[in-house]
Amino acid sequence: MSARGRIFRARQAMGRSVRGIALVAQDGFSARYDLDRIAGIFSRPAHKLAGQSYVGRILVLDTAKGGVASAWMLYEMQSRRMAPLAFVFNSANPILAQGAALGDVPMLAGFDEDITLAIPDGAEVEVNPELGVVTLFD
Amino acid sequence: MKLDDEEQDILAGKLGPVPQQALRHQITVGDFFGAPDFVPVTQAHIMADTESLGAAGVRWLEGLAAATDGQRRVRIPTITDPRGTDFSKAAFLQHTPSMLDLERRAIAAFVKLGVLMTDTCINYQTIQAPTRNEHVAFGDTGVVIYSNSICGARSNFEGGPSAVSAGLTGRTPRYGFHLDAQRRATVHIRVGFAPASLNDWGALGAVIGRIAGNYWAVPAIEGIETAPGSDQLKHFGAAMASFGSVALFHLVGFTPEAGRLADVAPADLPSRRVDRADIDALQMSYRKDGKVDVVVFSAPQLSLFELRELAGLCTGRRFAVPLLAVTSPQVKPDADRMGYTARIEEAGGTVLSGMCFYQSYAREIAEAKGWKRLATNSAKLVNILGGYGYQPMLGSMQACVDAAATGRLE
Repeated sequence: MSARGRIFRARQAMGRSVRGIALVAQDGFSARYDLDRIAGIFSRPAHKLAGQSYVGRILVLDTAKGGVASAWMLYEMQSRRMAPLAFVFNSANPILAQGAALGDVPMLAGFDEDITLAIPDGAEVEVNPELGVVTLFD
Repeated sequence: MKLDDEEQDILAGKLGPVPQQALRHQITVGDFFGAPDFVPVTQAHIMADTESLGAAGVRWLEGLAAATDGQRRVRIPTITDPRGTDFSKAAFLQHTPSMLDLERRAIAAFVKLGVLMTDTCINYQTIQAPTRNEHVAFGDTGVVIYSNSICGARSNFEGGPSAVSAGLTGRTPRYGFHLDAQRRATVHIRVGFAPASLNDWGALGAVIGRIAGNYWAVPAIEGIETAPGSDQLKHFGAAMASFGSVALFHLVGFTPEAGRLADVAPADLPSRRVDRADIDALQMSYRKDGKVDVVVFSAPQLSLFELRELAGLCTGRRFAVPLLAVTSPQVKPDADRMGYTARIEEAGGTVLSGMCFYQSYAREIAEAKGWKRLATNSAKLVNILGGYGYQPMLGSMQACVDAAATGRLE
């Protein structure tokens, strides 16, 4: 625990620093499979965040799933200001990295513990890719 | 990343802004995954349907295509995944003028970039399959898993922007499945039955995909006694990639890197068993209600052999609900010549080309047509369409054709 909050170090990082509210689940992420991108909510009924809005939230999830479409979709979502604020994954796949690079969505991945258990849903967190850390504030 | 002289020139803009932008994107991704350098690739395959691209993605492509300085065209054969419509059937699909306009703009931009509009996700069956150890930059998860596993080629999942970039630079960051170490098995699967139908193969891929669970997992599979065909492995791989984000599997005794289990796996690999009950449970989990609004064969596009089988099942039938069969622009003319298209359409079905159902505004089609309960033999399609507002059901090709005639999947 630091003076400011608890810090989790990622092995992979890209993008700019952001601070916001975490939306957390032990589940995956696919822009095509899981989202209603017009409404800005998780729409696949079996997803643990079904019905919840991801817009402007720091998504803390297990891993990227499914197809390659997310690589375009993050850019399109960002163009309408309907994208997540950042991604924090236990494990990232190339598609989400490629999409985050094009869509300018900060992303961290690869932690020593299960990050979806370490960060409570609704917590205030800061994602700092330059330092490769996510900070959980009390 | 370590850059050679040419890559430094590209990054400095000496070849123009288009390859410079492409290489910058590739370096961001390569740095994220710790790639030491670039590897030359021989082919690129771009997933870029307009539902995914949106207006913003099309404008991005048009920006590249409008460049007048330096290199603008791709350096290597670069082909496309299915498009967002079949223009000849757009009225039937109720695709709107704005969807078609966006589609035309995307195609025009790709053509200016020198991309070949093949519009297929079965390029390994129709265009040119890669060879063992050939480094490629393929989009579409089904294409990647087939190319890596069955052909022994080397590709990561290359999303549209990265596949475009690879086409423009002729290289890709060397990480993931370009590396020997990443191709070792991480989980052993013992299959305790012999899958037969395409939906059985898809369901088996789905169950293994769920077990594997992420992109970096590599299943080594034993227990299959007879060499599967290309269509069986197509459904198997596409479902595994869809359910598990898996990009490579080894089928011991059949795929090129796994003559024996020991060739790809350490002795202490964790092992799981998959039996028929597991795939039956997966298939039944989608059966909420037998009533069917539409039957769709797609994802992946159908081969000539699949269309031959489908045409045989359709002959003499009269459908009560719409039946859609989707194939590639390469296969469609042969299906026409062989009479398969006519036999499917005489029964009331529709054969579409150059698109794929879920990549062609499936949500908007559902709303326009009032379709919700959808029967298919594609495990990949049932996995995707739940998020598009459908109630998808998985059955055999025979059962789905019967459902088109009766309106119920039994």
